[in-house]
Amino acid sequence: MRRIRIGVATAAVFAVTLMTACGSGDEPDDVSDAGDAGSSGDSGNGTDDGEAGGEPVTISVSNLPPSTESATREAFLARVEEFEEANPDITVEPKEYEWDVTTFAAQLAGGTLPTTFEFPFTDGKALIERGQLADITAEVEDLPYAAEFNPSVLDVAQDEAGNIYAVPSAAYGMGLHYNRALFEEAGLDPDQPPTSWDEVREYADAIAEETGQAGFAQMTQNNTGGWILTTLTYALGGRMEEGVGEDVTATLDNDGARRALGLLQSMRWEDDSMGDNFLYDWGTINQAFAAGQVGMYIGGSDVYNSLVTENGIDPDDYGLTVLPLEGDDAGVLGGGTIVGVRPDASEAERAAAVKWIDFYYMSKLTDEESAVADAEALAANDAPIGTPTLPVFDEEQLAKSDAWVADYVNVPLEQMMPFKENILSQPLVPEPPVKAQDLYAELDSVVQAVLTEEDADIDRLLTTANDNVSALLSR
Amino acid sequence: MSATIRWVRHGGLSTLLLLLPLLLAFGYFGWYPIGRAVVMSFQETNLVTEPVWVGLDNFRSVLADPLFWTSVRNTAYFTVLALLFGYPIPLVLAVLMSEVRRYKGLFSALAYLPVVVPPVVAVLLWRVFYDASSSGVFNTILGWFGLGPFPWIQDASSAMPSLVLQATWSNAGATVIIYLAALTSVRTELYDAAEVDGAGVWGKIWNVTLPQLRGILLITLILQVIATFQIFTEPYLMTGGGPNNATTTVLLQIYDYAFRFGDYGAATALSLLLALFLAVMSAVYFRLTRSWSTT
Repeated sequence: MRRIRIGVATAAVFAVTLMTACGSGDEPDDVSDAGDAGSSGDSGNGTDDGEAGGEPVTISVSNLPPSTESATREAFLARVEEFEEANPDITVEPKEYEWDVTTFAAQLAGGTLPTTFEFPFTDGKALIERGQLADITAEVEDLPYAAEFNPSVLDVAQDEAGNIYAVPSAAYGMGLHYNRALFEEAGLDPDQPPTSWDEVREYADAIAEETGQAGFAQMTQNNTGGWILTTLTYALGGRMEEGVGEDVTATLDNDGARRALGLLQSMRWEDDSMGDNFLYDWGTINQAFAAGQVGMYIGGSDVYNSLVTENGIDPDDYGLTVLPLEGDDAGVLGGGTIVGVRPDASEAERAAAVKWIDFYYMSKLTDEESAVADAEALAANDAPIGTPTLPVFDEEQLAKSDAWVADYVNVPLEQMMPFKENILSQPLVPEPPVKAQDLYAELDSVVQAVLTEEDADIDRLLTTANDNVSALLSR
Repeated sequence: MSATIRWVRHGGLSTLLLLLPLLLAFGYFGWYPIGRAVVMSFQETNLVTEPVWVGLDNFRSVLADPLFWTSVRNTAYFTVLALLFGYPIPLVLAVLMSEVRRYKGLFSALAYLPVVVPPVVAVLLWRVFYDASSSGVFNTILGWFGLGPFPWIQDASSAMPSLVLQATWSNAGATVIIYLAALTSVRTELYDAAEVDGAGVWGKIWNVTLPQLRGILLITLILQVIATFQIFTEPYLMTGGGPNNATTTVLLQIYDYAFRFGDYGAATALSLLLALFLAVMSAVYFRLTRSWSTT
């Protein structure tokens, strides 16, 4: 009998414990990773500071640098304190959250996604389509520089009706990265990078021949294959989608795409200049490039930052130039970072979030003091400063903000001049407006087929891919 | 005395209380998500705003997806290859090892070692081994014998067999241990009797070992089929479904729907179809093999 009573008691304890554990999900978000940032949180109670005098509001913000990067982390936390002093109604909880497309929706649903978060241009349209971003048109339009955004950059954060869902904070153009050491080894002049696709092919062949490494490599996985093929297609005058709004149609089987795939096919099967690995994505191709296994590849002009911090590239080996543009309507695909707000944020949270975006992200572009402070913090951490970017506003503003931080530049800018000097004269073309990620996924397999099957029929592959994407668009 | 009191007196309540933690744990972490998944398969949701009921639209779009039959074919291909290679190998190893008189523990440990290696580590390691250049690990070894270099996972026709090879290496050890345990239960007098009847080694295996292991063999077969139908880690980490969708499996397709494209409706609809298929297949299998089982 005694044993039964103990059993019942144990069971009851278990049950209660479990229910308590399950119930804890309703508690407010744990912000344990906020470090000591909450120290000024008390000031959130004060309301009488010349501000609008609204209710106290708390927002969480992303991309707090990890403790291993102490200088940038401290600089970030100092900015948080500064912001809270200027806005006593707002408490900011910094989080180390960094964008990850695979966990985004779960974190959004689970309540662990910060109120504001950075993400890449390429995911902008999909998030807007799925209703996973707050409409912040009114708040953004109140900003003094709202009318001055570069329209083709702001486009990535807008829906068809022109409503704004995020703020672009950095922009880049796609470029051709090359390994200067491999160029020299192959007898090529690293200060004279290729200026036509025929030259790219020629150089790739020479590198493969002389060094045994891949002369040219191409991303092919996790939608990056389609992303880079689209870049190459734009550079050859093609477009993957035409029309606007409801009338958008898939045009994957265009001449530019055919030429782009033809070029890859020739390099792969006639010249054998693309190495042995055809399953690269963004991370693995960067690794291979930094390790000296790749002569040239196409990627965003900001990749150098990641090559330094994550892959330990030797700066002397790095070179960057613009993509050769050939064909009547040729252009360069743009990319960058945008900052958005959770779709379930309250009106007060949205307003506070946009204030934070303005204060933390945009002031670096518009205010000398903020730009210098940011550069100082980055320099103290040996983080790269000066990688070429594209104007979020206009060229004049970009030249001005470049000049503010000129003394802090620590990247081999000379080796990036072929890009920096020419990129602003290249027409910027946005990504395909509808279902870009699905389109890229479809093209991944097209690129993989061309690179792994010697007798791949480019016309047939493009026709099939076009049919599939057309079916998706008509749904 | 009412029935309820009698039920309590006879220990019904304490039984229920003892069962409660289990029910809660399974309910919350197992059955509730399954129930939610079934509901979500009929909805369009972004996990934040109110979901919209779309009837059978998710099922229709999943079945109309050009990759659906590709992934089904690939999954079936993987399952067949894994059965051909992965099913007999552990049995052969177990029978051989049970015959070994010395160092049995060492052999068991060696056979089980790959299971101890975390799957992600193992797959990433094999990706390095499968380097398609002539300086890759496997290609270098084969080069000593004048073979290769082979493209391994970089070619649509050899990618799937390469995944099967890795998966078999990874998982065979666990099945070997099960067979070894089962082999100890085979009564030795049966072998003696077979020997008296003039049976050789093969005769003993065919007439004694296999019939005695029949029950466990039937179970491991269906477990392996169910597990291989859910193959995910290997294609996800090794090939990402490539080249040209040659290794896109049903589970990888489910993952892509949910986490690459944010289409949770399609992901849960395809999950449900897979679960239903496996349930029906298992039921038919057990019905067909009922008379063969030893139990």
